[in-house]
Amino acid sequence: MMKKVFTRPKALTDKPFHYCPGCTHGIIHRLVAEVIDELGVADNTVGVCPVGCSVFAYNYFNVDMFQASHGRAPAVATGIKRSLPDRVVFTYQGDGDLASIGTAEIIHAAARSEKFTTIFVNNAVYGMTGGQMAPTTLLGQKTTTTPKGRDKEQAGFPVKVAEMLSTLDGAAYVARVSVHNPTHVNKAKKAIKKAFEVQISGQGFALVEVLSTCPTNWGMPPNEALKWLEENMIPYYPLGIYKEPAEVK
Amino acid sequence: MSKILMKGNEAIGEGAIRAGCRHFFGYPITPQSELPHYLAKRMPEIGGVFLQAESEVSAINMVYGAAGAGMRVMTSSSSPGLSLMQEGISYLVGAELPCVIVNIMRGGPGLGNIAPAQSDYFQSTKGGGHGDYKLITLAPESVQEIIDLMAKAFDLGDQYRTPVMLLGDGILGQMMEPVELGEIQEVKQAAKPWAATGMRGRGKPNIINSLYIDPEDCENINKKLFAKYAQIAAKEQMWEEYQLEGAEIVLTAYGTAARICKSAVDKARAKGIKAGLIRPITLWPFPGSVIARAAETAKCFLTVEMSMGQMVEDVRLAVNGTCPVYFYGRTGGVVPLVSDVLAEIEKLVDGGDRE
Repeated sequence: MMKKVFTRPKALTDKPFHYCPGCTHGIIHRLVAEVIDELGVADNTVGVCPVGCSVFAYNYFNVDMFQASHGRAPAVATGIKRSLPDRVVFTYQGDGDLASIGTAEIIHAAARSEKFTTIFVNNAVYGMTGGQMAPTTLLGQKTTTTPKGRDKEQAGFPVKVAEMLSTLDGAAYVARVSVHNPTHVNKAKKAIKKAFEVQISGQGFALVEVLSTCPTNWGMPPNEALKWLEENMIPYYPLGIYKEPAEVK
Repeated sequence: MSKILMKGNEAIGEGAIRAGCRHFFGYPITPQSELPHYLAKRMPEIGGVFLQAESEVSAINMVYGAAGAGMRVMTSSSSPGLSLMQEGISYLVGAELPCVIVNIMRGGPGLGNIAPAQSDYFQSTKGGGHGDYKLITLAPESVQEIIDLMAKAFDLGDQYRTPVMLLGDGILGQMMEPVELGEIQEVKQAAKPWAATGMRGRGKPNIINSLYIDPEDCENINKKLFAKYAQIAAKEQMWEEYQLEGAEIVLTAYGTAARICKSAVDKARAKGIKAGLIRPITLWPFPGSVIARAAETAKCFLTVEMSMGQMVEDVRLAVNGTCPVYFYGRTGGVVPLVSDVLAEIEKLVDGGDRE
């Protein structure tokens, strides 16, 4: 009999992802699901998905889920966690959702040290609506609303979420990771696990920013997109742990 | 039990607690602030949650989270704040989540002012947010009626899985009146097997959602909502009839305007004028049936509102041309005087042709 060495995490349903070929949302979903499995909390977990490419995440995570209005997932998660403090609550949000329309919600959830975990997927572009400039679009990056590249005079500068939130006393754990190669996928999983553990041990708000690709809207094949992320995004969005509670160091 | 003196805004808070509400999310705005002040003290005493949100937008989405988790939950605001909440209310409707939303109306449009008004009737009753929907809207006229209606508001919300609006104005929120609170009773709440609380052995995830990407699915959800609304319209109309017996001039007004109208009706009757009042308590479902019945014998109607005339459109629909419907209103925070309303009634004595 053959030994099974790789299988779908129990915290994922068997519904096929709708994501474009080469998109790294699938990897990140899988990491979150593996962490939920390893911590054994699937039956006690409530997730909140955003508006954006991951709007259908409620079809993929095999846990109780909410679909939130654009940018408001942290407010919805606040309502859930304050109602059911012993549950594990997470939000899964993209850069348009979290760093543009939802800045007030994420900042104040972090400031209040709400005890939930946010997975923030930063691919530097609006995916679902057709490749428009995101708050995290790099200077010079071409999008459908910056056809000549993002110009700081006209469209200002990209938002560095991990750095910004780590200045708040209420943020207990803030890290930025990437999923552009297997080494970094493993590091990303460690950070996501820690972000759930920080919540479960009641230490406060935890966020992991995950640098991600969008081959479709970046206009490049998946392998080039991974390379573009490494060469362009990581220098502007340095990886690392920005904030960590003393107890888990 | 003896009566105690209470502000309307505080009565909303105490009424909600007695109705089993243990979660409140809100953002400061005049003239409803005494309600969050009250609950900030009261909720911790009873193990409840009071949370001051960063905005009305966040507050209504916190309500969405708590309601989806199966809690009896409330938020409150005043007119501009309600405008900000409309997207969230539409989501609550779409996901069929029960909650109570309080609007202590003030003068508008824009920043307007902080004086009492009734100019959010359309926004409350006609679906203030996007999409096809209705909101059960309760309009108390006194502090006692606030206490009496709070349990009803939460019960209706749970029964029909819908948000419920409690609509008052700055006078109702600010005035103090003696109220009988009654005994604190244990609240029977229906089970909410649809709530997303973590599966906890259920074996199948619950999903709180208002996204229906297939147009036919979305149409079917609308049909389901409207079947529910038809049931609510048939069963839940509430109103008060005041001096309606033999009334030739029928006033219609709600909330604070209705109290002014009651005094005007009394004065008219003292002068031998056959005036009466229908006071809708549910603004939606609108008590059109009683108005249609009264129109069969009335000479004319006079609708009085603290607005430029919003509910009057529903009165005209109910009267359906049977007799003339006149309107008198003050707005922008100006409150009509009893003498003003009486003067309008006197103009209508000879059948209402004011030309």
